Amino acid sequence: MEPDENATVLLDEKAVGRSLTRIAHEILESNNGAENIALVGIVTRGDLLAAELARRIEQIEGVKVPVGRLDITFYRDDIERYLSPQVFMTDIKFSLEGKTVILVDDVLYTGRTIRAALDALRDFGRPDRVQLAVLIDRGHRELPIRADFVGKNVPSSKTESVSFFHKLIDGRTSVEIRKSSGDHVGSAPVPNAEELARVFQQVLGDEA
Amino acid sequence: MALLLKGAHVVDPRASVDEVCDVLVRDGRVVACGTNLELPEKLVVKDLSGKYLLPGMADVHVHFRDPGLEHKEDILSGMRAAAKGGYTAVAPMANTKPAIDSGSMISYELEKAAWEPGRTRVCPVGACTMGLKGEVLAEMGDMVAAGAVAFSDDGHGIQNGGMMRRVMDYAKMFNKPVMSHCQMEDIVGHGVVNEGAASTRLGLAGWPAAGEETQIERDIELARLTGCHLHIQHLTTARAVEIVARAKEEGVPVTCEVTPHHLFLCEDDIDARTYDTNLKMNPPLRTHDDMMALRDALCEGLIDMVSTDHAPHAAHEKALEFNLAPFGTTGLETALGLLMTHLVLPGKMSWQRLVQVTSIAPRELIGLEQASISEGGLADYTVVDPDVCWDVRVDDFASKGKNSAFIGQKLTGRATDVYTAGYASLEDGVVTF
Amino acid sequence: MLKHSHLIDITEYSPEEIYEILDTAKSFSEVNSRSIKKLPTLRGRTVINLFLEPSTRTRTSFEIAGKRLSADVINFSASSSSTKKGESLADTAETLAAMNCDICIVRSKMEGAPWLLTRHMNSHIINGGDGCHQHPTQALLDAYTIREQFGGFEGLKVGIVGDVAHSRVAGSLVPLLKMLGAEPVVIGPATLMPSCPDLLGANHSYLLDDVLPDLDVVYMLRIQMERLEGQPLPSLREYSMLYGIDMKRLGMMKPDAIIMHPGPINRGVELSAEAADSPRAKILDQVNAGVAVRMAAMYLLLGGESDGITA
Repeated sequence: MEPDENATVLLDEKAVGRSLTRIAHEILESNNGAENIALVGIVTRGDLLAAELARRIEQIEGVKVPVGRLDITFYRDDIERYLSPQVFMTDIKFSLEGKTVILVDDVLYTGRTIRAALDALRDFGRPDRVQLAVLIDRGHRELPIRADFVGKNVPSSKTESVSFFHKLIDGRTSVEIRKSSGDHVGSAPVPNAEELARVFQQVLGDEA
Repeated sequence: MALLLKGAHVVDPRASVDEVCDVLVRDGRVVACGTNLELPEKLVVKDLSGKYLLPGMADVHVHFRDPGLEHKEDILSGMRAAAKGGYTAVAPMANTKPAIDSGSMISYELEKAAWEPGRTRVCPVGACTMGLKGEVLAEMGDMVAAGAVAFSDDGHGIQNGGMMRRVMDYAKMFNKPVMSHCQMEDIVGHGVVNEGAASTRLGLAGWPAAGEETQIERDIELARLTGCHLHIQHLTTARAVEIVARAKEEGVPVTCEVTPHHLFLCEDDIDARTYDTNLKMNPPLRTHDDMMALRDALCEGLIDMVSTDHAPHAAHEKALEFNLAPFGTTGLETALGLLMTHLVLPGKMSWQRLVQVTSIAPRELIGLEQASISEGGLADYTVVDPDVCWDVRVDDFASKGKNSAFIGQKLTGRATDVYTAGYASLEDGVVTF
Repeated sequence: MLKHSHLIDITEYSPEEIYEILDTAKSFSEVNSRSIKKLPTLRGRTVINLFLEPSTRTRTSFEIAGKRLSADVINFSASSSSTKKGESLADTAETLAAMNCDICIVRSKMEGAPWLLTRHMNSHIINGGDGCHQHPTQALLDAYTIREQFGGFEGLKVGIVGDVAHSRVAGSLVPLLKMLGAEPVVIGPATLMPSCPDLLGANHSYLLDDVLPDLDVVYMLRIQMERLEGQPLPSLREYSMLYGIDMKRLGMMKPDAIIMHPGPINRGVELSAEAADSPRAKILDQVNAGVAVRMAAMYLLLGGESDGITA
């Protein structure tokens, strides 16, 4: 999705960076350090944010926390209405037992994605605690779900869409709001699964 | 009471008539034919202007399922289907339950048909062998005495060559033709569609043309040996046509027939999305090339006649898997429309040739008096409206069998009136009995 | 997104749709490697396994696939041969339709049986093998396995060996491979060859050794003696001599060529014990792929229904 005149930039690259750095500090503060912490990003794009947070936590604390990627497609409650055009891989290579898992997503909206993610996490073991970090909270919750760490609260209308862009995919890092085209609400489109996984590793710094 | 059939275009090749004229009929016979006829006082006039009046069509190959399987068709419903389709006479095959293999069974058919003017003529075909089993000769003499017109074990070929030879030797004593369903079963196997593209594409067991052609060759040699009139039923391949044509040239007493479904459908019509069991035929639909060759052969005179192999089945019997469904399609009510639409109206077949293959040749085969418009001739007529367009619809059939391979097709040309012995069996499209 | 309500005839699918199924299956194979192998995706949906011909493997694979997606899977066995005494398939279908099942998987000896079901049921129909016609999920799992091994299909030479004439596996696999850019060749005795193998999209050869050194995939079909009428083979011994994979033929194969088989194997006939147990044999990989592919098929057929997807 190219930036266009209908879009308003809510956060530019610097603002996104500041928000993520603040969230990284808050996570460490609230959990007394990085011990026992694991990050699980929801694909698509939540995984990139999880990688960004992990890199910041390593810079602040000097600890590499495990980062996983979670595809919640098969846990959705609306498959008869909407089928994801593409299914991505879940990749969680570590045990969740005894961990504090921080779920990471780009935009918190109805809460249904997080509900599905909580169900999905359960299939990987029993974490001690699950917390939620989002870059944007745009309101309109349909379930009793709230975020523990929020980059920015953005009042929005249901006819608008709020999207997070990353420079390694989109050529720019920003959060933008625009009139919705009426399609299904979701993260901005991404290239194929292999490309997304490669960018994820790059953000994480493993293949930088 | 006299009947004046007025203003139709009359085609009768035997009388060399091909023009608009009136036909005056009394007591089943023609009194006069021409224009400005001298008319009696008591007279019924039927205006047929714009229509064709043809010598009455006859079908030497139908299945009426009576006795035994009357839920598919009975003699009366079959006769009504024939009238609706334009036919004046039909020859039902012997593969009923029990089979028509004795004089009393022939009598049963004729009694049930209850002939009188204005009904379809039923000309029974007797079995060659008892119970169509191919083992013991049937009482052909008794059947001829009761009214059998020909003999056939149709449904199966007689597999044993020695038995077929005895059948032909015996039948020739009565001067009756043997109609042969030529399929060598150990070559054909359990085939249900033509072997080749259709069997490969659909995964169904293949039915090779060679199974038909070898048996035709065998029977032709036996006809040469015995001198019996051999009639090859429903041939389906270009090669089969060649074999029969060569035998005729050599003087072997052989004739042959082709069905509308082999003329106008081919293996490519069996869709892998439907496996339409109405297209399951014995013998099977063959290649497109075969189909086109059969059309040419019929128009050019290599094939003697059209027969329908009218094979009615109940809906639930055809609503099975392709392998399990019975073979056959109904044909009496669609044959004329198909011939008109595909051959006569496009100019590939003359009206004279249509009369030859639907009336003259079949009547000659079964020894039925020719229909004629000459003075004193038999007043069996088929009246055709060549302009009417109609859809082949399930709810439009007089036959009990709704299993037509042609459902949904749009045809042009249809019988509006049919006369047998001067009385209407079909009047303005309505069966009268 | 699939443009079909049913998975009956693989030739109706486009390469894009095939890849969508294979990609989705890849995600499901990740689930199958977890310790908790269950997804809530098809919770509350009913899947009927209508098996009119015995088949433990295919039925079990579909059953596991359905259950891993949380569907309620019911096995319904009947005999397709007892039409005289029993009810017709049309009546069985209408009975099942009245029970409102969402997906019906059908296995039948009768070619075309799945299409017959579509005329009597509103469910999505998956062809679990119809006679000698098609077996699309088998072809998909085979394609999945080949893709895992070689990364793609372009130019791959796949030899399909055995009773090609009676093989529904070949009926789906040959056109599928052709569609994806591979070069299938069917190999078997002339008595067990369909009359027009080129129509399926394959070259053909009667002798395995003529083509074996060129093959990337050697796909051995199961010889089903019960299907072989009229003795098309002198003996299994001779069949094995001409077509069986043993150590000698393993040595003739390309170094990275693989062996596949839809199972169950006749050890000592199609494959010697050494061949069956060699690392080149990917038979268990195929079984594993079967569950994922069938999960993908069910998921994609049921998903997005009310999005205005047509047949």
